[in-house]
Amino acid sequence: MTDQAYNFAYLDEQTKRMIRRAILKGVAVPGYQVPFASREMPMPYGWGTGGVQVTAACLTPEDTLKVIDQGADDTTNAVSIRKFFQRTAQVATTEATSEATVIQTRHRIPEAPLTKDQILVYQVPIPEPLRFLEPRETETRKMHSLEEYGLMHVKLYEDIARHGAIATSYAYPVKVEGRYVMDPSPIPKFDNPKLSNSPALQLFGAGREQRIYALPPFTHVVSLDFDDHPFEPSKAPHDCDLCGAGESYLDEVITDDQGGRMFVCSDTDFCRTRREEGHVGRLGEPQFSSKKIANSFEGICAPEEAAE
Amino acid sequence: MTPEALMGGFTAPPQHSSRAFRAALTALSRPGTIVTVEGGHGPAPLSPAAAILALTLLDGTTPVHLAGGHDAPALRDWLAFHTGAPVVGAEGAAFAIGTWAALQPIPRFAIGTAEYPDRAATLIIEMPALTATGPRLSGPGIDGTAQLSLPEAAAFRANRALFPLGFDCFLTCGSHLAGLPRSTIVEDI
Ligand SMILES: [Zn+2]
Repeated sequence: MTDQAYNFAYLDEQTKRMIRRAILKGVAVPGYQVPFASREMPMPYGWGTGGVQVTAACLTPEDTLKVIDQGADDTTNAVSIRKFFQRTAQVATTEATSEATVIQTRHRIPEAPLTKDQILVYQVPIPEPLRFLEPRETETRKMHSLEEYGLMHVKLYEDIARHGAIATSYAYPVKVEGRYVMDPSPIPKFDNPKLSNSPALQLFGAGREQRIYALPPFTHVVSLDFDDHPFEPSKAPHDCDLCGAGESYLDEVITDDQGGRMFVCSDTDFCRTRREEGHVGRLGEPQFSSKKIANSFEGICAPEEAAE
Repeated sequence: MTPEALMGGFTAPPQHSSRAFRAALTALSRPGTIVTVEGGHGPAPLSPAAAILALTLLDGTTPVHLAGGHDAPALRDWLAFHTGAPVVGAEGAAFAIGTWAALQPIPRFAIGTAEYPDRAATLIIEMPALTATGPRLSGPGIDGTAQLSLPEAAAFRANRALFPLGFDCFLTCGSHLAGLPRSTIVEDI
């Protein structure tokens, strides 16, 4: 034992046991929200305390952790959570999706395909997909138990009647293994297809609402839709202006006060990796491959290396 | 209490339990995968893998049922000292430990409720052998199909028919363990 004031990965063993048991039941019943007794964490609820608790319960000393916020590794939120686990669990960290064994995410699924050696932990603000239809927990629980999902389809169909298409573009509801309707957290619906049949284990933690749920690897996940209005994952109809990628999810960035704007990959590691591989977008500049050099120093590729 | 009851706990609980949990998580989320665990042991007939699961998952809030030969004074003492889990009858158990024969009849165990399917028992089944042969598994966690040396297929098929209700299992043998959640479809081959 060491004399540090906190336990490995911050949470005490009793709390981790309780969270671990909830995670295992979540895995056994994919898409079902398992209640758990969320603990106070040294960060505000909006900062993903549910995801942080799930990550804390899963981390081993041998893990390499990546934390992303809307696809980026360098936001205040992502940096804080990464530092928190560096300090409390002494785990290695990385910005490279391919090097991570545990990835905590807010609002995105990485572009690079995940592997069977990875766990993706989602920060979830509102885990209940039926909440906006029915505010009472006792009622939504009953609806899930009876598979009473008709209202959800009615809501989506009202969208079509009003807008000509399903307007929901984030937190687009899915059905898991033909049973539970699940909120995939506020990822763009562009990411929804990646939920299904992933080789990685996906865990979801909602701190304020005290729920944990899971998608085991190779679980069948379908976005709700209609025969005459099939689900369409959508993105801005552009290529990335830095790396030229045509298949990645893009953020629109205002570049000056004259109305200038550009589209860049929301996944910063994906974009940097492509640029290091020599891909150049409309506004990008050719990059020298610094990654191979960085790897030879077994260091983590610093964001500066790929900066303009 | 025998001196044996004090032995076999994790020497570095946070680290040992984190690795053991990850192994259990891998096993349950990838049915058919056999993993190895280390760091703890308990009195016979408890296997090291079952002991490590107990050290990792059990505490004063998780009633445990000890079936057949596992309901032994030395094992009760060991569990009480290391986990504090109360020993109870099958019906009220969150966890149960024993051989497949000793755990019968299986319908005694909690399968959860329609609104809280998580309130179901986890069976830790002590096996004479554990190999990737036998009944065919498919479903969540499995890329296509897998095989696992289950004690039988019929009971797990009946359990799957209850989904989303049902019990969940770990199968243990020596330092090895595998998982079988209620979601797995089991077929004889
Ligand atoms: Zn890009």
